[in-house]
Amino acid sequence: MKYESQGVAKLYFIAAIGLFVGQILFGAIMGLQYVMGDFLFPEIPFNVARMVHTNLLIVWLLFGFMGSAYFLIPEESERELYSPLLAKIMFWIFLVAGALTILGYLLVPYAQLADLTMNDLLPTMGREFLEQPTITKIGIVIVALAFLFNIGMTILTGRKTVITLVLLTGLVGLAVFFLFSFYNPDNIVLDKYFWWFVVHLWVEGVWELIMASLLAYVLIKVTGVDREVIEKWLYIIIAMALISGLIGTGHHFYWIGTPDYWQWLGSVFSALEPIPFFMMTLFAFNVVNKRRRDHPNKAAVLWALGTAVMAFLGAGVWGFLHTLAPVNYYTHGTQVTAAHGHMAFYGAYVMVVLTMISYAMPIMRGQKAANETAQKLEIHSFWLMTISMVFITLFLTVAGFVQTYLQRYSDEPQSFMVVQEQLATWYWLREAAGVVFLLGLFLYIYSFFAKGKEVEFVEE
Amino acid sequence: MSVQLSETEPKLLPGDLAIWFFIFMELLVFGIFFIVYAVMRSQNIELFNEYQLTLNRELGMANTLLLISSSYFVVRAVHAIRGDDVNRCVYWLYAGLAGGTGFLILKAVEYSDKFSAGIGLGTNTFYMFYLSLTMFHFLHVVLGMLILLAVVIKAKRGAYSADNHTGVETGASYWHMVDLVWIILFPLVYIIR
Repeated sequence: MKYESQGVAKLYFIAAIGLFVGQILFGAIMGLQYVMGDFLFPEIPFNVARMVHTNLLIVWLLFGFMGSAYFLIPEESERELYSPLLAKIMFWIFLVAGALTILGYLLVPYAQLADLTMNDLLPTMGREFLEQPTITKIGIVIVALAFLFNIGMTILTGRKTVITLVLLTGLVGLAVFFLFSFYNPDNIVLDKYFWWFVVHLWVEGVWELIMASLLAYVLIKVTGVDREVIEKWLYIIIAMALISGLIGTGHHFYWIGTPDYWQWLGSVFSALEPIPFFMMTLFAFNVVNKRRRDHPNKAAVLWALGTAVMAFLGAGVWGFLHTLAPVNYYTHGTQVTAAHGHMAFYGAYVMVVLTMISYAMPIMRGQKAANETAQKLEIHSFWLMTISMVFITLFLTVAGFVQTYLQRYSDEPQSFMVVQEQLATWYWLREAAGVVFLLGLFLYIYSFFAKGKEVEFVEE
Repeated sequence: MSVQLSETEPKLLPGDLAIWFFIFMELLVFGIFFIVYAVMRSQNIELFNEYQLTLNRELGMANTLLLISSSYFVVRAVHAIRGDDVNRCVYWLYAGLAGGTGFLILKAVEYSDKFSAGIGLGTNTFYMFYLSLTMFHFLHVVLGMLILLAVVIKAKRGAYSADNHTGVETGASYWHMVDLVWIILFPLVYIIR
């Protein structure tokens, strides 16, 4: 570790992994509820489990992004973090607020939670992924502002690199677009329209900048390839991501009551969204092939390459699968969406955070890379989680196509629940793959504690 | 010997390879848009023909000339830097930028005319394509000008010379793409019936 203050990232990473476990546990519960509807009812109904599963994902990714920023920025800026203390305080505020929110979801009926948190003063609750009580949302804004202040001061008073500037742009965008979660118009069309300003412009807009810059940073570190080469790619990737992603928001506006030109704009632009992901894959493999050194942290290199490939498959290919308006007319909101959601989030954002953790964690623990046994276990966990996620996606895709056909395309369309019963086999298979994923995650965590022979490396 | 030969061979592409990836993708985007336009036109020929007549062809023609001249000026800038003449290079780039600015002004006049007539994306399919295609191109002109401006700034700092002017070629390549797209877009949307 070059700068002592980079160490605050460790807290964030540990919390991220802890919440990740929670997310997957609730995923497994929900997966079972698909086929055993009354499992854990009435303690944890499906809608609550779903809310916890998706909210935990977002929260732990935010922890991951913040941790990554705290680790990366001092080193890139060549100075200590502006205020490590502020970073620590914000960590605890965010963790406590997050934990209280999740407990609120689990212990109190949602309507009562809304009352308790005085939602009627500024109603923002009750919308998918933005279910957080208004006070939690305000808390998120405060934490985000403090975080941006902290890293902004570090970046602006230190060495400015393309990576830190792209990362900062992404993080500022993340905070700005979250503000739309406070806008809750009565008109349901407008409500949905601006809801996507948070949801879409995060994952298909500014988060891509965060992802690209984190990936670029790790690739510079593990390959020793010239910064100029990597920065050039970064520029082009983010330009394409923004051109396709911003207007690509239109692919959510097909059927919500917006003008029909969105079917054209949404189809054309979102069809191009795979391109920046494809470029990221080319970029990652190119850079690793041109590497100037063999970094002892093989696990981190694998995670970085895995991110590029899986993001392209999950976000790019599986997104394209149902993005064109004529296709989406049939597949909208079916399990095809769930398939895409799973692989895209895992491939793009889960994996990029795990890449950062894989690279940074050993350094924060005073090593250049984890010991040989630990790396071996981590690599096994990479394959377990990644392959099981591929299977989750494939099973859900099949379920989605069967669902689309039976419910919407066949000559005698059947009702939702009748169709769901016929998908049970695929849901069971998905649940099995989900359990393997959970085991992979446990193995991943265990790898941090595994003892073994220290890796050898030659310092240049 | 053969190694020496390959070193003196002219480069396949002027400018940085990365910009060519970008240009390729941009052309792909516009290409898809043009095909979609053609398909939709073939299904609504009367509508497209009727509303095409409401477009201002004179301004469109003036804009075409502006962009073509501007591309020429940028070519002169590349030639100037190849002759190691930084000042001349900067002047030609300014001329190119002036062409771009003129384009933006005329386009703004055209849009304000249409908007004040109450025309928007939702008016009909023809206007939807007219507005989204030209506005998307408009944004590319802006981006192209920003790139040229960055080249100007770097040139003034003395970053380019006869031996090292990839950056100028890179900016010029992108600018030609912006020009090329307009040369297809203008007849397609304004003229062909």
